[in-house]
Amino acid sequence: MAAPTGALWRRLLRSAAVRRLCGTAAAEEPERAVVNVVFVDSAGRRVEARGRVGDNVLQLARECGVPIEGACEASLACSTCHVYVSAPHLEHLPPPCEREEDLLDTAPQLRVESRLCCQLTLLPPLEGAVFTLPRVTRNFYVDGHVPKGH
Amino acid sequence: MPFRAGAALTPPPPPSRPAPPRPRYRGGFTHRESRPERRRVCPSLPSSLCPFRPAVRLHWLPAPCRGGGFMLSAASPLADGEAAGGMGPGGLRRWLSSRAPAPRICVVGSGPAGFYTAQHILKHHDLAQVDIYEKLPVPFGLVRFGVAPDHPEVKNVINTFTHTARSDRCAYYGNVTVGRDVTVGELQQAYHAVVLSYGAEDNRVLGIPGENLSGVYSARAFVGWYNGLPENRDLKPDLSCETALILGHGNVALDIARILLSPLDFLRKTDITDCSLAALACSKVKRVWLAGRRGPLQVAFTIKELREMINLPGTQPVLNPADFTGLENAVKDAPRPRKRLTELMIKTALEKHREKAVMAQAAVPRQWGLKFQRSPQEVLPTADGMRVRGVRMALTRLEGSGDSAKAVPTGDMEELECGLVLSSIGYRSLPLDPAVPFDTQHSIIPNNLGRVMGVPGLYCSGWVKRGPVGVIITTMNDSFDTAQSVLEDLQEGVLDVSVSKEGFGAVGSILRSRGIRPVSFSEWEKIDAAEVARGKAAGKPREKIVDPQEMLQLIGH
Repeated sequence: MAAPTGALWRRLLRSAAVRRLCGTAAAEEPERAVVNVVFVDSAGRRVEARGRVGDNVLQLARECGVPIEGACEASLACSTCHVYVSAPHLEHLPPPCEREEDLLDTAPQLRVESRLCCQLTLLPPLEGAVFTLPRVTRNFYVDGHVPKGH
Repeated sequence: MPFRAGAALTPPPPPSRPAPPRPRYRGGFTHRESRPERRRVCPSLPSSLCPFRPAVRLHWLPAPCRGGGFMLSAASPLADGEAAGGMGPGGLRRWLSSRAPAPRICVVGSGPAGFYTAQHILKHHDLAQVDIYEKLPVPFGLVRFGVAPDHPEVKNVINTFTHTARSDRCAYYGNVTVGRDVTVGELQQAYHAVVLSYGAEDNRVLGIPGENLSGVYSARAFVGWYNGLPENRDLKPDLSCETALILGHGNVALDIARILLSPLDFLRKTDITDCSLAALACSKVKRVWLAGRRGPLQVAFTIKELREMINLPGTQPVLNPADFTGLENAVKDAPRPRKRLTELMIKTALEKHREKAVMAQAAVPRQWGLKFQRSPQEVLPTADGMRVRGVRMALTRLEGSGDSAKAVPTGDMEELECGLVLSSIGYRSLPLDPAVPFDTQHSIIPNNLGRVMGVPGLYCSGWVKRGPVGVIITTMNDSFDTAQSVLEDLQEGVLDVSVSKEGFGAVGSILRSRGIRPVSFSEWEKIDAAEVARGKAAGKPREKIVDPQEMLQLIGH
């Protein structure tokens, strides 16, 4: 499947949010179960997020205000959405395609549990999964300041 | 809780532009209902029904709905820590900082480094104003002028930068050459902090005889030519020879090889400039060699680009299996990226070598290959002394291993016939202004964590800070690091924001007195729209305007 273009990506971001917020998603697709996951940002702050089966993990993270970049907008052309997946949940994810593997090779602090989260969708076995952002940059949250979305 | 009277039950239509960032609430906490102007509850649903409320623990969370509202989560740190109406230490600091004048930051350069630095400062400081200066009328630096035309997805990051530029606290000033139209000293007087992110506009030179012969170009100029960089628009490279030699084993070298050998149909629908497409349509180049001084274990290109080249339709890779003897064992314990890259080269060398024996030469019209341990010594001229006819190379051996291996000449020489030479041995930064220290050996600005050494209030990010290496994520992380240094210095009082600075108020007068008229971001958007409109007819994402005068005329300057 071709990666979504920028315009399509922004439409995806809005449409899923609208459906979820208005509760119409649940009405239309009652079988989409809730999956609760946790994001840990590079300052160690935990963000609990409630998504549904089929949700894109990067999109969910952005909606929940997790400071994760997606420079190429999910088109497999960068490695800015690099996360570590908690070990017990890693094996439930479909293996990365060759292009994702190639891009992971350019990600700093690559680990066995590294994935590009723009390629991950929520599944029921991911309940409780923890996605940790790599600590590449120095952190500066002196007084508990929480960065707002931009 | 009932809906507010008159509130719509369906979400209102989305705003045509992203909503500007809201100022962060300061001061003590009071119960939500008593400060209705701060509620900002989503107009579409009462907060008790909002599915995000129990789940998300962030403070001000922009509601991800079309209503564009915000919600204060019940479990927010602000609510917990300040429930008594007082202020914790963090709250006091925030309250005090809200009384200080807004810090004014200047960023020089509007490429990824400049924009990521600006983005990070704006996101983590609620009052800072960031002005981005750019010498060209148009922004985005290497994302526009360096990324290959057939890699449009890499350019999606422009949307992130556009969002930053449209922020209330960010301004873009194009057509301003810092160091000429305004000095760094004048910027330092007008701003609390100046960040230099102007990248690497020059290239390393081979330093060998014949380098200036016709037919020899720097990779940087060639990439600028097909990407519409104004200073390279008149390059007119001669593509009438059959064999091209690219010196260097980096991603830029692979990009050029790919553009030279790509089927024209692939390039026709990209944003490659019209005149370079026409030149490539008449190109006779059918063989491209990429030669490097060291071996396969020292190549600088990455696997995604190599795979793309190997799979390029209508071309055949030519890799000598003898170059890879024993390397499979050598990389068994290497870091994953080096291991996978080497294994791909070995596999390609062995497979293609077997195939070549059975495949007729004529069946594959175009070839490309990697040559290792060859160091260029002299560019050889044609009989009339005007053009290149070949390059004399010294064969080398490696001393040491891994990234630090050195190429040492063995004494043996080889001549490689070619009519086009592209030197792809690295970009290079130039000094901007006598007031800025510059390390001429490494061609970077000497700095510590982005703070320019010996010059308080001056910072640097991107290639001019680290050297011209790295992809978007490297520059992003690096720019965030420099932004952290700026934020720390603001926090600790190293940057004195009690003195208010005029920012563009002062710089604007200086530029006016010198006859310089900056280009605003909305004026860039007019140029952008014109380029997209021109490209539409040809089925291209845009037709780049390559003449800065034409750009300025378009916006009425």
